[in-house]
Amino acid sequence: MAQVTLRKVVKAYEGGVQAVKGIDLDIADHEFVVLVGPSGCGKSTTLRMIAGLEEISDGEISIGGRLVNDVPPRDRDIAMVFQNYALYPHMTVFDNMAFGLMLRKFPKEEIKRRVENAARILDITPLLQRKPKALSGGQRQRVAMGRAIVRDPKVFLFDEPLSNLDAKLRVQMRTEIKKVHQTVRTTTIYVTHDQVEAMTLADRVVVMHGGVIEQVGPPQELYHNPKTRFVAGFIGSPAMNFIPARLENGAGALRVHLPGDIVLPVPAERTARYSALAGKEILFGIRPEHLTEAKNLERPNVAQMLATPEVTEPMGMETLVHFKMAGAEICGRVDPTAPAAPGQPLPMAVDLNHMHVLEPQSGRVL
Amino acid sequence: MSTTTAGGFVPAEMKHGSLRRERRWAMIGAYVALAVFVVFFMTPPFHMLVTSLKGSAEIADLSGNPWLVSAPTLQNYWELLTQGNYLLHFRNSIIVTTCTVLISMVVSTLAAFALARMKFWGSATLATGVFLTYLVPETLLFIPMFQIVGSLGLYNNMWAMVLIFPTLTVPFCTWIMIGYFASIPKELDEAALIDGAGHLQMLWKIFIPVALPGILAAMIFAFTVSWAAFIYPIAFLVSSDQMVLTVGIVSDLIRADTFQWGKIMAGALMAALPPLLVYAFLMDYYIAGLTAGATKG
Ligand SMILES: Nc1ncnc2c1ncn2[C@@H]1O[C@H](COP(=O)(O)OP(=O)(O)OP(=O)(O)O)[C@@H](O)[C@H]1O
Ligand SMILES: [Mg+2]
Repeated sequence: MAQVTLRKVVKAYEGGVQAVKGIDLDIADHEFVVLVGPSGCGKSTTLRMIAGLEEISDGEISIGGRLVNDVPPRDRDIAMVFQNYALYPHMTVFDNMAFGLMLRKFPKEEIKRRVENAARILDITPLLQRKPKALSGGQRQRVAMGRAIVRDPKVFLFDEPLSNLDAKLRVQMRTEIKKVHQTVRTTTIYVTHDQVEAMTLADRVVVMHGGVIEQVGPPQELYHNPKTRFVAGFIGSPAMNFIPARLENGAGALRVHLPGDIVLPVPAERTARYSALAGKEILFGIRPEHLTEAKNLERPNVAQMLATPEVTEPMGMETLVHFKMAGAEICGRVDPTAPAAPGQPLPMAVDLNHMHVLEPQSGRVL
Repeated sequence: MSTTTAGGFVPAEMKHGSLRRERRWAMIGAYVALAVFVVFFMTPPFHMLVTSLKGSAEIADLSGNPWLVSAPTLQNYWELLTQGNYLLHFRNSIIVTTCTVLISMVVSTLAAFALARMKFWGSATLATGVFLTYLVPETLLFIPMFQIVGSLGLYNNMWAMVLIFPTLTVPFCTWIMIGYFASIPKELDEAALIDGAGHLQMLWKIFIPVALPGILAAMIFAFTVSWAAFIYPIAFLVSSDQMVLTVGIVSDLIRADTFQWGKIMAGALMAALPPLLVYAFLMDYYIAGLTAGATKG
């Protein structure tokens, strides 16, 4: 059993930088958890505290039910994969993978068995006698993972393992990592600043921002029900649009009054949720895919509006249209066949079933 | 593929003709410079070799050409190896140098590891301090050293050299190795830590092999300094049986104003052999290590 628990964990570097400001997190056995957030938000610091490479300033971390605050890295039974792989340059691939087992005095046959097994899982058997410098980036990445797998630890820790690879290889290795996790089922904590990686890999995503956790949840939940403006804007690409607006109470129904005198009716089932903000300034949040060419207008809660794109970006399977609304940059996703052209007014559909209302000051999503 | 590209770009190649000619001139220039350099530096050893093959009568004969030898003889070598203390001096030099190199490497590897990796209070200042001590010249130190050696009762004892030479070698060796160790990425020790290595295992299994070129450079330096040291031995060693080669040759083969040139040259030539062997042997590894990681990071 290897659940990982963080209780009010704080990291203050000397010089007073608080990199992690008291986070709580429960990671279940076999779970794949991804820490994601912008650069400098404290993801690596959190991971390194779990690894024991960084001292914990305050709070408690336990692995498999054992408090590890004062346990050195080698006794925490974890394995880590680094961004720059950190392979031992003077050792062959086999020795790189065997090193941890050798230090732990495993019998020779057992080491051989484990290394060969890991090499088979990762498809690097022909490389076992090479030195790291004779490997490509992707191959090195596999060896680094192999070094973690052979140890059969309680927890795998990954710190941006794919960010040194080119885009294509990154996608490939992402699948590879998912496959490995499905095979070995080891509890995994994975750090990345790439939200696509986070969404595709995670059982649960932890969004961090400025040393605190903004939200924890399965990828779909974070996508559809973000709790804060930060999460709403960080997850999803292109990002969610935020339009300053007013929530009006008219004729027993709520309406969103957008700049340019566009008035959109709030779906009836959401009236209760938003009524507290009636008559107030709000941020209206809508994802680009819910801002399309005029279609499905007969469906409930789909409203029409007119927009004049400034830029159109054909992506192949869709076209992104960018327009301005009261100074805010708005992005919509339309069908490539739609008559979208810069400067030409385009009728668009807003799917209000997926609208979000945010409090402008707190950034809270209602 | 290369043939098609070459065929397709004939005009471009001609355009590069001047570039190639420039390259050739650069090569010629380099070889000329190297040749001058080689002649300049090989002249003294050549003169030594010629002189060492002459009998004392031929050396004393000023009418002959000093660069030629008319009656070559191995007598100087033979006498050195069979009479006098030359072999003893050779043995002393080997003992002193081996011990010095060992001590220097152990001390400076450990010191460099600690200074490069374990951040403790004042470690940066200490690292600079180590290097500064290297800048204090021997000529300034040998009088205080004399007192220390004397009070330890090691005056006129070759083991005093084993004690003193590391003061010349350790600072510089440590400094070289701090640089090499500092260039090893931090993640490598972290990976080793997680893999279960202690500090000494990390040093032995990761740092030393990875920084081997630096360690060999430091070793060559320690060897050279110790083998060629002159001031301390001549100040501290007086009886022939304690002497190392550098002082042994000049004190045993120069009696008042009689210089036994043939033997001095023969002795100096043979004394130059071990450094040559060490360089030739270690350089291969050294260069292999230097270029190993160079192509692919
Ligand atoms: N050794 C250190 N001393 C002082 N401050 C540090 C140290 N290491 C990190 N920090 C600070 O702590 C904060 C969090 O750093 P951390 O490395 O955890 O960020 P991150 O989320 O991993 O970012 P990235 O995506 O860029 O890797 C940053 O503001 C950083 O400047
Ligand atoms: Mg990081």
